[in-house]
Amino acid sequence: MSSQNVEANPTVPPTRLTPPTAPVVRRTLLGDAIRRFRRNRLAMVGLVILIAFLLVGVLADVISPYRYDQVFFTKRASMLPFIEPAHPLGLDNSSRDYLSRLIYGARTSLTVGMLVPLIAFAIGMPLGMLSGFRGGWVDFTIQRLVDIATAIPPLLFALFLLSVVGSGVGNVIFVLAITTWIEPLRLTRAQFLAYREKEFVTAARALGASDWQIVFNHILPNVLSPLLVAFTFAIPLAIFAEAGLSFLGIGITEPTASWGKMVGSGIGNTIRVYYHLALFPTLLVALTVLGFSFVGDGLQEALDPNRSN
Amino acid sequence: MTGYILRRLIALLLVLLAVSAIVFFLMNAVPGGPFSLGERGYTPDALANLERKYGLDKPVTERYINFLISAVQLDFGNSFAVAGSPPVTAVILRTWPVTLHIGLYTIIVSFGFGLVMGTFAAYHRNSWVDNLITFLATLGITLPNFIIATFLLIIFGFQAGWGEDQKRWIIGPLIPGGSAILSWDYFLPVITYALAPLALVARYTRSSVSDALGADYVRTARAKGLSDVAIMFRHVLRNAAIPMVTVLLPQIPNLLTGSLFIEVVYGIPGLGKFFVTSIFNRDYPMIMGLVLLVAFFWGITYLITDILYTLIDPRVRL
Repeated sequence: MSSQNVEANPTVPPTRLTPPTAPVVRRTLLGDAIRRFRRNRLAMVGLVILIAFLLVGVLADVISPYRYDQVFFTKRASMLPFIEPAHPLGLDNSSRDYLSRLIYGARTSLTVGMLVPLIAFAIGMPLGMLSGFRGGWVDFTIQRLVDIATAIPPLLFALFLLSVVGSGVGNVIFVLAITTWIEPLRLTRAQFLAYREKEFVTAARALGASDWQIVFNHILPNVLSPLLVAFTFAIPLAIFAEAGLSFLGIGITEPTASWGKMVGSGIGNTIRVYYHLALFPTLLVALTVLGFSFVGDGLQEALDPNRSN
Repeated sequence: MTGYILRRLIALLLVLLAVSAIVFFLMNAVPGGPFSLGERGYTPDALANLERKYGLDKPVTERYINFLISAVQLDFGNSFAVAGSPPVTAVILRTWPVTLHIGLYTIIVSFGFGLVMGTFAAYHRNSWVDNLITFLATLGITLPNFIIATFLLIIFGFQAGWGEDQKRWIIGPLIPGGSAILSWDYFLPVITYALAPLALVARYTRSSVSDALGADYVRTARAKGLSDVAIMFRHVLRNAAIPMVTVLLPQIPNLLTGSLFIEVVYGIPGLGKFFVTSIFNRDYPMIMGLVLLVAFFWGITYLITDILYTLIDPRVRL
């Protein structure tokens, strides 16, 4: 219990203790957050994993030994890994180099993972800001829209849209974004509702600040950190969703490589012999998601201004 | 209170009406129909006959009004795609009990273990127990459930040979031919399905309980000389319940309508597979039935959440 008592007593910031003559140590909120984040070992591990995967995805053309769609007709399909040095992770069931496909898969999975929340936040955040800040009939209309959108099962809606627009990376991103914009909207609205009545907003209004200035200069900086955390946690969900659609065979089309699709096609009847087809992409998905959740947890703790140490 | 519930139920009805209209007109507006798909095309005459048989030759608005009239009587029409074209209500009544059993056990397992683990972790904050539980909870959300399902199936189903065990029923079905109340068959699906919500419940419980533990009233209670157990049950858990209810209750409709992925991997004859097949077969009555079922569940769950607020926190007025 002693650790809680220590936390309950907020330590006085050292800047306040320094005498006025001493050189002032400048501490910004952001600087503190970065310092707290860097001290969090798990978060740093997560960040390293993510940067490594991002680099692999961006540099796929350079570091991959073969193209993702190059077929080796002379080789036996579904070659097990660790047999031939030319194909260290074996071949898949269409005789394509598995290592190369895993490398290119990073590009697809991370693109989907980042773009889906980006678009979803781009739709949800402005609506949530409008709904939470304006209130009144605007809020009422947007909330009824949310009620209706929530009531439609997202998987069903995604499948329906995909069956209309067809498969492919771009369509998958579009469809997943269309089905996930509600969470950012809800979160932004709740934050704006909470901050709208705060003293500093009333003060800003009394000083003659316009609505625009209040929203962007006063409220938005305060609500950015929970939104950033939510964004970090939305990325793995998008990767899962893409994996799920590809598992059902309606997500990413051949020959594009995506980890989700590779897991999906790897876990058929042949898995007891050709275990590598499912195992390797599974491990990569797990590592990516772990990375994002470590970073998300780290951000959550680092950006919390009530936590002083 | 009664007036509030009544108003909410009317609002729910309006949402259901809006959802049904949007889905109905949207699925009829997109190109293609239930009989234009597939490799074997129909001749124009046969197509016209089929459309007349299923009433698809009438204008969309008329069909929607007809649908509404029968939907009020819980009749969503006959399925286009399921063999023998049984009524949608019959298909749902046949397959949903299986899904419902698995969903209920999943809720019990994930909420039960999650609450205990989260409270325990918050109580021993920053100790190795806390780290272990947080680590396990993070692992629970690192993999999509169809991957976990496959690996569990390989390990326990194939390697350990659980699938060959003949006596699997613990409590048999209530009605002959129904699904068993408790059976070893539910074990792997429930474990797979419970992992993600369990992780979520444990994480949220930990964070709301540790927030409540740091509050002034806990220090007061402790100064007053209350035991840890009394503080935990009388003060902390009650205050931690509000944020938990907000996040956790909306998980329930998902769990009760089943996961398509788990049903596909384990071969469960549940409701989940219709969420995919109905879309691809353009099985209009089935789609409408499923959409309205899920929408109804969502509405009821949010209503119950709001009512629970007033029970947990007497300051909340509806």
